[in-house]
Amino acid sequence: MTRPRRVGVLALQGDFREHLAALRACEVEGVPVRLASDLDGVDALILPGGESTTMARLMEPGLKASIQRRSADGMPVMGTCAGMILMARDIKDGRPDQEPLKLMDISVRRNAYGRQIDSFEAEVESQAIGAPGPAVFIRAPQVAERGPDVEELASHGGHAVALKQGNRLALAFHPELTPDRRWHQYFVSLDGESR
Amino acid sequence: MEELTPALIDRRGTWKVKAGLAEMLKGGVIMDVVTPEQAKIAEDAGAVAVMALERVPADIRREGGVARMSDPGLIAAIIDAVTIPVMAKCRIGHFVEAQILESLGVDYIDESEVLTPADDEHHINKHVFKIPFVCGCRDLGEALRRITEGAAMIRTKGEAGTGNVVEAVRHMRAVTGALRKLHGAGPEEIVMEAKRIGAPADLLEESARLGRLPVVNFAAGGIATPADAALMMQLGCDGIFVGSGIFKAENPAARAKAIVAATTYFDRPEILADASKSLGKAMRGLEIGAIPQEELLAGRGW
Repeated sequence: MTRPRRVGVLALQGDFREHLAALRACEVEGVPVRLASDLDGVDALILPGGESTTMARLMEPGLKASIQRRSADGMPVMGTCAGMILMARDIKDGRPDQEPLKLMDISVRRNAYGRQIDSFEAEVESQAIGAPGPAVFIRAPQVAERGPDVEELASHGGHAVALKQGNRLALAFHPELTPDRRWHQYFVSLDGESR
Repeated sequence: MEELTPALIDRRGTWKVKAGLAEMLKGGVIMDVVTPEQAKIAEDAGAVAVMALERVPADIRREGGVARMSDPGLIAAIIDAVTIPVMAKCRIGHFVEAQILESLGVDYIDESEVLTPADDEHHINKHVFKIPFVCGCRDLGEALRRITEGAAMIRTKGEAGTGNVVEAVRHMRAVTGALRKLHGAGPEEIVMEAKRIGAPADLLEESARLGRLPVVNFAAGGIATPADAALMMQLGCDGIFVGSGIFKAENPAARAKAIVAATTYFDRPEILADASKSLGKAMRGLEIGAIPQEELLAGRGW
């Protein structure tokens, strides 16, 4: 399969418009996804930044099941910040009722860097994008554990901040808040695959 | 240390990080809460953040007297109760209340007209703080003055504690209408419009180019029903503050959930109809004309 023609962006809450703008800059069509039926006809999906508890609350069961099924069938998925939390297999110190989508074999800790006063900007280096690029960490999560199939694409301050498992990509930061489009370009270059 | 490139240093409290948190709140509902239990109800319902307060605006309005920053002990208890961001209010111009809130670790400060102003000429210089501020506005000039002072997020004022959405609508239409009028304006027209509305020309030019405010803009002040929230979203705001509208209603948990759903599915009347069913009584509400002029809150702020 070649690069996705239409990329869905989960648009329940958060900075989905910034992801849609980033996709436009990559000359890929972006489609907001709020209901299970919106997922038909997209080749890949982005889970944006926002509040993970809110997005989990708003995600209707049908949409959740469809995302899990499509991902298992090989649809590429990228999550940034709250999106990374949604992709995890489990959430440390999360709310007991917060059930993630379990798309990647990672365990994450929410707000691991602290409160807003600890939010920061930094440069992140990764072979995936070439030269170091800007990264915005806002009440960001950290990966506490990862399975053997999960590859670290970038680290910062001793923590993995970009991880890849097959064609699923989890970033602890927000590339969509910067003008650097290389993480989105990297994501749309990932092939669909069957698993 | 000059040789160290910025690339090697984590940069905290930057404009990007301050305005960025507001971007993450978009499409969400921020709820006023007065106890840790209410904060948990709000979080359970899907609030993106809570505003920690001693009294909701409806009670401030009813009880009168000077309204100040809340007890830091209460704010700390609310911070401990939830995992979502916690905001708190300080008085207009009261930068020491803001310093105290920053030291408590609140995620956003609302320099709010709902509290009694501490300075009748100046707002806080918000640039010197590491945590971001949200401020109220009634029109475009007021919004841009607040952004110049360092506000990283704007909300329209509405008339807090009334359960009456009419003022929120007036203020949102004032902002969006003024932005629409700038479409196609030349630099010389931007300068004179900036002078007329008391706004810096560079921010006005940026707003004209973007077709919106340069920061996230929520609606506030009088939102009491799912339909009110969807109305404000359709009028072009980025998200919703609900003050008295939830915990002054008959069934706060159900109403909170319904307003969260209405803010996401604001353009889907069939989902709004479903969300609005069987919520019990909304807060009673006040006719704006029945409030004595000196008791209106929206006129506070300069």
